[in-house]
Amino acid sequence: MDFGIFAVLAQDGITNGAVYALLAMALVLVFSVTRIIFLPQGEFIGFGALTVAALQSGQFPRLVWMLMAVGVLTFLVEIGSALRQRRYKPLPRRHLMWSGIENLAYPTLVWVLARGLEWQGMPMVVQILFTLGITVPLGIMLYRIAFQPMAEASVLVLLIVAVGVHFALLGMGLFIFGPEGSTTQAFTDWSAEIGALMVSGQSVVVLGVSACLIALLYLFFDRSLYGKALRATAVNRKGAQLVGIGTTQAGRMAFGLAAALGTLAGTLIAPLNTVGYDTGFVVALKGFVAAIVGGLASYPLAAAGAVLVGLLESYSSFWASAYKEVIVFTLIIPVLAWRSLVSGHGDEE
Amino acid sequence: MKISTKKLQWLLFGWFFLFPFLPVPGYWITIGNYIGLYSIVTLGLVLLTGIGGLTSFGQAAFVGLGAYTTGYLATAFGLSPWLGLLIGLAVSALAAGLIGSVTVRLSGHFLPLATIAWGLSLFYLFGTLEFLGKYDGLSGIPALSLFGIDLSAPRVMYGLIWFCLGGCVWLVLNLLNSRPGRAIRALAKGKTMPEAMGIHTAQYKILIFVLAALMASLSGWLYAHLQRSVSATPFGLHMGIEYLFMAVVGGVGHVWGAILGAVVMTGLKSQLQDLLPLLLGSQGNFEIVVFGVLIVLLLLWAPDGLWPRIAAVWARFNPPEPEVVAPAIAPDGYGDMARRAKPAANSVILEINEARKQFGGLVAVKDMTFEIRAGEVVGLIGPNGAGKSTMFNLVTGVLPASSGEIRFLGERIDQLGSRRIVQMGIGRSFQHVHLVPQLSVLENVAMGAHLRGRTSPLTAALRLDRHEEAQLLFLAAEQIRRVGLGDYMHTPAGSLALGQQRILEIARALCTDPVLLLLDEPAAGLRLKEKEALADLIRQLKREGMSVLLVEHDMDFVMGLTDRLVVMEFGSKIAEGLPAEIQNNEAVLAAYLGGIE
Repeated sequence: MDFGIFAVLAQDGITNGAVYALLAMALVLVFSVTRIIFLPQGEFIGFGALTVAALQSGQFPRLVWMLMAVGVLTFLVEIGSALRQRRYKPLPRRHLMWSGIENLAYPTLVWVLARGLEWQGMPMVVQILFTLGITVPLGIMLYRIAFQPMAEASVLVLLIVAVGVHFALLGMGLFIFGPEGSTTQAFTDWSAEIGALMVSGQSVVVLGVSACLIALLYLFFDRSLYGKALRATAVNRKGAQLVGIGTTQAGRMAFGLAAALGTLAGTLIAPLNTVGYDTGFVVALKGFVAAIVGGLASYPLAAAGAVLVGLLESYSSFWASAYKEVIVFTLIIPVLAWRSLVSGHGDEE
Repeated sequence: MKISTKKLQWLLFGWFFLFPFLPVPGYWITIGNYIGLYSIVTLGLVLLTGIGGLTSFGQAAFVGLGAYTTGYLATAFGLSPWLGLLIGLAVSALAAGLIGSVTVRLSGHFLPLATIAWGLSLFYLFGTLEFLGKYDGLSGIPALSLFGIDLSAPRVMYGLIWFCLGGCVWLVLNLLNSRPGRAIRALAKGKTMPEAMGIHTAQYKILIFVLAALMASLSGWLYAHLQRSVSATPFGLHMGIEYLFMAVVGGVGHVWGAILGAVVMTGLKSQLQDLLPLLLGSQGNFEIVVFGVLIVLLLLWAPDGLWPRIAAVWARFNPPEPEVVAPAIAPDGYGDMARRAKPAANSVILEINEARKQFGGLVAVKDMTFEIRAGEVVGLIGPNGAGKSTMFNLVTGVLPASSGEIRFLGERIDQLGSRRIVQMGIGRSFQHVHLVPQLSVLENVAMGAHLRGRTSPLTAALRLDRHEEAQLLFLAAEQIRRVGLGDYMHTPAGSLALGQQRILEIARALCTDPVLLLLDEPAAGLRLKEKEALADLIRQLKREGMSVLLVEHDMDFVMGLTDRLVVMEFGSKIAEGLPAEIQNNEAVLAAYLGGIE
């Protein structure tokens, strides 16, 4: 292998790794705040990429329908739980009003915007922001409907619920977007030659965006008081509630952020890869592997793990392309054994 | 006519065998075949995840190992499928043993993640290997035949599959209701308690991992010869997740829940696949949406799964009989059970010499020296944080000592693990009780008798252990009567009051036939009456010749009870002597009440 190929593979691996890193961040975030292994992460990749693609081709982004439907459902769930608690406390009118704004009025506003504006010619950044405006509330609503009522359940039960949500979203994805995949326009056609290596603008954008987001998340969780409060809910929900941390707020925020990161990951890979409604699952699994390397707890380690997975995948696809997945998923076992040894005793109930 | 719940369960199961004789469409038989196949895998998961506490997403990969092994051997070498079954089981056991020895030691959420990883890598391996036909798989696998009788018809295969399932259920139920079964049930409570009963937790974890893999492999073998072809898709992660689904929906800790889960999930899915396109049109994939939504709703309604719900309703009409009952009179050979020789009265049994434990810069136990003589009740007291519990952990082998010596009956034990130490004759209780709450008092106490029996998992599964089992249960019942809990023999341990649970733990420790009994803050959190009962029990044990080391910080409790007191503060011994002397010792008063400077 000469240096040129080596460098191209490295660039490829690092670029993919950066996307895996975003997904790993989201998984770590959700798990550490809510103890949910967020398998539906992958669906947001498809939702994000396909919605941007729809906007670019001048079609109506049909995900808005889903936002409206799930919004109505969420509002009904809110009313239901308020009615059930009527015996103990008065109807929380203000809360219900906010819920109405959030789950009914906002989706309608999004629908009006989607119908009323000419999205096709807009700058890509605006299109992505609009897509985030659809997916992030969707993530928060999902938390409200499926996970908030059973926030105290065991990790296993939460995981099974997550799988249920994954199935539901996957089926909806097929219905909304159809079986065909799409690609989106490139972010930039800039490229530069450094020595033997062609550096593509796409790679630079992906790396830059990922690096910024990772740095922000790291600073938020490790340096800010609010970030630390979120981590406290993961360690001990009851304890966190007793010292005045809103665990529900924390869960909403985690799901919103995870939806945003998934959507961004989708839009970052869409210019180079065809993304279908079901592409996300395997991509998210690789992010998952990366998150495991970080022990589902450490952001910088998860990022390092993601780059490792990207590089591993890139080089193994050069030497033994058929075995690329086998290699990626097998190498995780020694890493896990090592992480488990390092983290020491932790299997008491 | 009153029928026992146990018989009723088997009777209900028996109805499934009538199914193929009914004039039902072939499609139903196919569904029934799949339910049987899935149930076998799910049963393994119940054992592994529900009872042993090890979550696995990778069972589908073991189904694949079983299916591919027999498929490959039959198509490439023309080997008999029956030989393929044996080789498939061997391959799966080997693979599970290998994977298990690396991964089951993983703690917390690392294990389920690891199972995802190896599940995926085995799946991709099936799909890439040239000799397994890559993603097309293998076809032309022969049908089964037995003594020249062709078994290829789906209705015949149905019988075979459900026969295998029934066999597995029988074996698993037998296994769970035995000495190794109690060890498996103890696993879910972490490592400290089972190890303190002499249970080799790592070995038992690998055992249930291999057993679950064997059942998965059997299901794969049946699948291969039912379908007559195999390809990688049904052995992927999605299937692995679905098996776990069935187990959780049925009720993850319940053997019959495995079948219920498989019936509900498979039935639901096939009904949805038929029904929804009629209602909503064939565009889209609605069954998976509805399926996902139903799962979420079901778990919101019954977070523990369906079987416990049904069992609770049934129990209202027909209160359950205790499943495990000790024999009323001593079984044959009970008097000949090995018992430890009692040490000579007043000889030194535990000798602690300059024992020290350091955690980084913190010296938790600082060069402690004291001894215990046979027949003595010694109290180790001190204010909170004095290092009593660490000292306790050094003697029971939960922690190794950093330096110094601890000798028991003349042998050094300061570097031994708790499993080895309980074998030598030190029994213990826990400050925070470690019980399996849903099991009866008898079953919990019988966990302590683990080292008194030798039954292997195989003999237990085949129900050849009944003689020894009767001895162990009688032994446990004797200890329960000894501590005065005889009226609660069949009560679930979780429903006892805290004081009774502590006493239960003492009975469990007595089952190990100890020379020395270590009690960790047995009076903490007890009401006055409970404390009095506990003190009476300890006095009674002393009269019977037991040596006891009591770790406490309740002065009143230990004063009238102990022969001698050792007082600790900041990791060091500050006083030792008769209770009356300690009461007037100035250093002790200063430690407890604050000094007068």
